[in-house]
Amino acid sequence: MMLTVLNQIPVPKDIPLPMPLPEWLLVIILVFSFLLHILFINIMIGGGVLTFWYELKGKKNKDYDNLAREIAATITVNKSLAVVLGVAPLLSINVLYTLYFYSSNALTGNIWISIVPWVAVSFLLFYLHKYSWDRLADNKPVHLGILGIAVFSFLLIPFIFLTNINLMLFPERWGEIQGFFDALTLPNVFPRYFHFITASMAVTGLFLAFWFGRKGFKTKGKFESLSKNEIKKQMLNLALVATGLQFIFGPLLFLTLPAKGITWGLFWVILAGATLAGIVLYQLWKMINAQSNIPGKRFYLVLGLFTFLVAFMGTGRHMYRESALSTHKKMMAERTAAHWDAVRQAHENLLLPQVESEAGSYTPGQNIFQTNCVICHAPATRLIGPSMAEAVPVYENNADALKQWIKEPGRKRMDYPPMAGFPHFTEKQLTDVANYVLQTEWN
Amino acid sequence: MDFPLFHLDFMGNRMLVAVIAILHVLINHALAVGFAPLVTLLEFRGYLKSKTKPEEGKVWDETARKLMFFAFVITTTVGALTGVGIWFAASLANPASLGSLIRVFYFAWFTEWIVFVLEVIFIMVYFLTWKKSNESPKNKRRHILFGVWLSIFSWLTMAIIVGILGFMMDPGSWVEKNSLVTGFLNPLYLPQLVFRTPVAMMMAGTVALMFVAYVMKKQNQWKTGILKYISFWILLWMPVAASGAFLYYWHIPRAMIGNLPVALGTQQFQDWYGSLITVMIVVIAIGFTVGILGTFSPRRLPKHLLIIPVIASFLFLGTFERIREFIRKPYVIGNYMYANGILVEEYPLYKETGLLPHTPYASMSTITESNKLAAGEAVFTLACTRCHTTHGISSVVRKFERMYGTENPLNEEAMKVYMQNMHNVRHYMPPFPGNDTELNALAAYLAEQQKRPKTLEGPQIKGVDVKEIKY
Repeated sequence: MMLTVLNQIPVPKDIPLPMPLPEWLLVIILVFSFLLHILFINIMIGGGVLTFWYELKGKKNKDYDNLAREIAATITVNKSLAVVLGVAPLLSINVLYTLYFYSSNALTGNIWISIVPWVAVSFLLFYLHKYSWDRLADNKPVHLGILGIAVFSFLLIPFIFLTNINLMLFPERWGEIQGFFDALTLPNVFPRYFHFITASMAVTGLFLAFWFGRKGFKTKGKFESLSKNEIKKQMLNLALVATGLQFIFGPLLFLTLPAKGITWGLFWVILAGATLAGIVLYQLWKMINAQSNIPGKRFYLVLGLFTFLVAFMGTGRHMYRESALSTHKKMMAERTAAHWDAVRQAHENLLLPQVESEAGSYTPGQNIFQTNCVICHAPATRLIGPSMAEAVPVYENNADALKQWIKEPGRKRMDYPPMAGFPHFTEKQLTDVANYVLQTEWN
Repeated sequence: MDFPLFHLDFMGNRMLVAVIAILHVLINHALAVGFAPLVTLLEFRGYLKSKTKPEEGKVWDETARKLMFFAFVITTTVGALTGVGIWFAASLANPASLGSLIRVFYFAWFTEWIVFVLEVIFIMVYFLTWKKSNESPKNKRRHILFGVWLSIFSWLTMAIIVGILGFMMDPGSWVEKNSLVTGFLNPLYLPQLVFRTPVAMMMAGTVALMFVAYVMKKQNQWKTGILKYISFWILLWMPVAASGAFLYYWHIPRAMIGNLPVALGTQQFQDWYGSLITVMIVVIAIGFTVGILGTFSPRRLPKHLLIIPVIASFLFLGTFERIREFIRKPYVIGNYMYANGILVEEYPLYKETGLLPHTPYASMSTITESNKLAAGEAVFTLACTRCHTTHGISSVVRKFERMYGTENPLNEEAMKVYMQNMHNVRHYMPPFPGNDTELNALAAYLAEQQKRPKTLEGPQIKGVDVKEIKY
């Protein structure tokens, strides 16, 4: 038995089916596929924000309008990959944290399900924006308005995911939550959010530095004065500033984490990640000043460091979740075991000889009548069907007709609903019940 | 029992799932499975024509590209999101069942996901490289090949999913043999596939026909040629679709023998099965008419009436989809879990001790005279709300009123007798899972709901009551 105060902590039973894979393997799949999913989410959101920013700048300088257009083209691909790559982590979190994930989904249900139409509409707006660029060239406010709504949606939708994923960690709070906005105000949602958005900008900066730096990208004919180096520099600057900002948002996130899941292991993993972030910062700084080639040696170094950094942070995230839930998981396992003992006991009780009851003294026909016919037929009053006193005289001395009727009834009384048939009754059952009906006095 | 139970008291949870799922299936069949081969074929025709008549070839190619543009935009937005949305909605509507299904079908879904990723990659490559592919015949040929791959993978995603659905519905296989193979050996699997494939092609044809009729200019001299070709496509698939439909139709009652009391006992099923033949004849007739008219006299195709075959072909699929509802009831997972999310195996315990002591999400464990109505509401939430609402769609109050009439207030005693035995007569209903006191409380709650209707808000609005459970 647990010693903690159990007040207000819901302890449900777990799903009584084995995991499809060993838990550690599922965890690896979850963390890896989630990071892949979030990578594309990051560059989708960051790409949206940058498109908006550059198109706005493009009102004065046509070059930036063209740059915005180039970035917009990447969103189409990234957003599709982001969605489809989300399925694997969704499957995995469904399996690993069924009770936690579904509970927090239900508690924020209406907003949670609104993700579906909301994201679909935002995507449609992105297409509308992308494919109306020339047509709305002279009507920038409308064009930017379309994009603005889509980007704004992209910036709000992460709140729904973060709120859910945060809420599932705190079963002890489930009883206090009344809807999404309550859950939104739990500690840690906002720090998580800023951490995530800043990360999106950093990842997008790195991605676009590569995208516009690559050999295949030709600036000729696209820009009047904007050079490849200038674009690269701007993107790297973005990555630098965003990574730098994480030294504010990161600690803020860590310090606002409820203490229940913090362990020394977690601390070291996060610290290792932060150290890598420091090195990334330094390398980015050098890259900008030395105008290194992209892709080039230093870029790959940064990319490698960044991958490790993300892996550390992703691991830390999982460690926190695990230790935050460990006590509750143990309680749930104990309760599940106790429950299935009780289920087995109840099955055994069924096998015990029945205490003499009213049901025990029934004849077979009466038994069938009491479990089937009484639903609609009472002795002397109208229920769903007519009373037996009214119905029986029709079949006086005609058991066969009654049996046929029970098996495949039609409709006799238009002011009653039609009777349900019993085609699965055996001949014996039909005979028993018909005899019982005909031999009983109904008054 | 073990989850806060999301509840929509007007629309009902099932309707939420149905709306999202139907939208997804229609988009998937018409705009992915059917469109991919049709568009690829049109592009291929354009390529062949361009060798002798470059101008005409170009028009064909451009029309194919526009069709693909339409499919691309819809499938990668609404199509993709409703696909994920089925998971979201199903986990809200019946978390216990989805949680169980996913443990057993993890590999199947994972495989499906890999095929799905490939499909998305192919659709992006295919559409986004279209303009580039017109630069040289070699590029064009490679591009057409991508179209073929896209067609194959779109079809594969459907073929796998039909197998998974088949397994989930097969009453025996879930409990006895935990192997997915049984899903593909399910007697309904092949008829379903033979039905769905040509219907998807037909749906794509009707949508494409309407699209071309509206998008291409009347003056365009190649328009009739293209309309004719698409009509011919519909016509070609019609006999296959018709025989697939009859095959499926013929197999349904035979495949349902395992669920005999469930299916054949219900009037609803009989009505549906009877009307199926009418739907089939009407839709097939419309399909043939459009196909023949368009093939032999494309100019006479009435532009504004082309929505009719689109709706008809969508109805065709939709009507057949209903069968899954009949097959699964009263279970949500055959012989394992009832539609209320409670396991068959747990019933003896709950019947003995009642439901309330076993859920952390109800404030009471025992029922007293003072908490009777609140307890009734809690029992209603646990046992009924996965399918029913108080006064909305599939309203419990209205169902009772329809049986007992509205002249007198609902009789608690009669409702109790009914709910105790309903599964014997209404085979699609699971047995009432709780004990007698809970049944009393439920009947009292329902009678009160008729007298003083009160919306039952779900936990997404009013939160959940939590209590400690002794174990």
